[in-house]
Amino acid sequence: MSERLVTRGFVGRRGLPERGNRTPPGQYLTTDFPVLSAGPTPHTPLDKWSLRVEGLVAQPVEWSWAQFNALPSREYVVDISCVTKWTKLDMRWHGVSVDTLLGAVDLDPKAAFVIAYCDGGYTTNLPISDVVNDQAFVAYGYDGAALAPEHGGPARLVVPGRYFWKSAKWIRGLRIVEKDVPGFWEGFGYHNRGDQWLEERYSGD
Amino acid sequence: MDEHTLDANAVAGMLHEVFGAEMTDHASECAHCGNRAQVGTFRVYDMHGPGVVLRCSICAEIVIRLVRRPDGSYLVDASGVYLKSG
Amino acid sequence: MAGLAWEVATVAALRDETPHVKTLSLDVAGWSGHRPGQHVDIRLTAEDGYQAQRSYSIASAPSVESRIELTIERVAGGEVSPFLHDEVAVGDRFEVRGPIGGYFVWDGGSTDPLLLVAGGSGVVPLMAIVRHRAAVGSSAPCTLLFSSRTPADIIYGAELETLAARNDGLRVVHTLTREQPEGWTGYSRRIDAQMLQDVLGTASGSANVFVCGPTPLVEVAATSLVSLGLPSSRVRTERFGPSGG
Repeated sequence: MSERLVTRGFVGRRGLPERGNRTPPGQYLTTDFPVLSAGPTPHTPLDKWSLRVEGLVAQPVEWSWAQFNALPSREYVVDISCVTKWTKLDMRWHGVSVDTLLGAVDLDPKAAFVIAYCDGGYTTNLPISDVVNDQAFVAYGYDGAALAPEHGGPARLVVPGRYFWKSAKWIRGLRIVEKDVPGFWEGFGYHNRGDQWLEERYSGD
Repeated sequence: MDEHTLDANAVAGMLHEVFGAEMTDHASECAHCGNRAQVGTFRVYDMHGPGVVLRCSICAEIVIRLVRRPDGSYLVDASGVYLKSG
Repeated sequence: MAGLAWEVATVAALRDETPHVKTLSLDVAGWSGHRPGQHVDIRLTAEDGYQAQRSYSIASAPSVESRIELTIERVAGGEVSPFLHDEVAVGDRFEVRGPIGGYFVWDGGSTDPLLLVAGGSGVVPLMAIVRHRAAVGSSAPCTLLFSSRTPADIIYGAELETLAARNDGLRVVHTLTREQPEGWTGYSRRIDAQMLQDVLGTASGSANVFVCGPTPLVEVAATSLVSLGLPSSRVRTERFGPSGG
């Protein structure tokens, strides 16, 4: 095995890892917002778009685009960490708290997990306890403008306390379930929970 | 149209690592729609994300998914494609 | 087939092609040759172990030497290309693996007409094909349809003129999308179906086509070519993503 060849003068476009309050372990700071997705950008027309909360609820609820935009919403300024090691600070989103969405239904006593499902087939899973108390929101604005399709528009889930693969783009619904169901990456090598402060990147971490 | 889409050429080196041979000129058949084409025609998504997703250029279903583990090994799901060997 | 291992490449020479494009000549340890259209992966390692990896098409034609050329566009704000442009000096070393690729390759054995469609730095792998065609004296008629922003941005402009002047069946058709020289009578718009139909002429049925450049250009060209009647198996594409390289 040859020794690693260091490239003279190469630093890479990243900040130094900060051991401290804002950069999770193993991450580097970036100012970019890379476009990452597991599939082609869907283009659901807004008049066909809806967001549902269904599953272990007394009555499912569905909002049209107009109804969703009329829900109480606010600006969120949060840091985002991707499992590929970049962290972006102070991202400005606008959206609806998941508390507001779950508050519109009666959860069954057995309800324990949320499966977010999206246009294009992507899914991700979270315990309900990880998305309540303003820990998650459905964003439709970014940096003062409408959320662009390539970044998940018209609306995406954002869970700042988890690696960014949990912030599902093109979200169309939250399915409330009793038993956890690993999502797209959770079922293929990645950690089920994905807490970036505990470096829960891969299954088995 | 997605201006960020690439073709399998972009991950040819990784495919070679995973499968042990140059793959982009390999004949393949999509398990979803039956499209017959070379692996090089697959569309690549997420090559800088958690894993690499390759999709059929005709039906856009997933043909191959790859995750590089921290120890350098790969998780491979090629259930979406029939590959011709040799 | 040999496994794909990282080898050490030493920078032997640097050459400016245009204000934003530079060619690096590399001596690669253990290099065993390549086919026109193939690329290499390069890997840069910082002192603390951080690594960045990118793929670059090989610009040079296959030769018996272990020296290859990579032509790289400087992408503002990029992590690797500004480093390769601004920092790298003759004698520097980094890791390279290759050659890679088997789909986007033209070996020169066919005499079928060859259509090469390039957008900006997408011309790089196509130039390896053009150079190889000239080196082996191929009689395959070859048209290069090449989109650039301005005359100063035409990569390999002088060399292409020289090669086309040999009258050996190579034709170079430029389109300049942002700025044209005084008296320009050529194309001045983005590549579209009409332009492709014009340059294809009567060669559509049997042509081998290679399209390389930014993804939007490749998508328009590939879709147009198939709608003009070319079998999709004869239209090979290499998308560079949004930035062109």
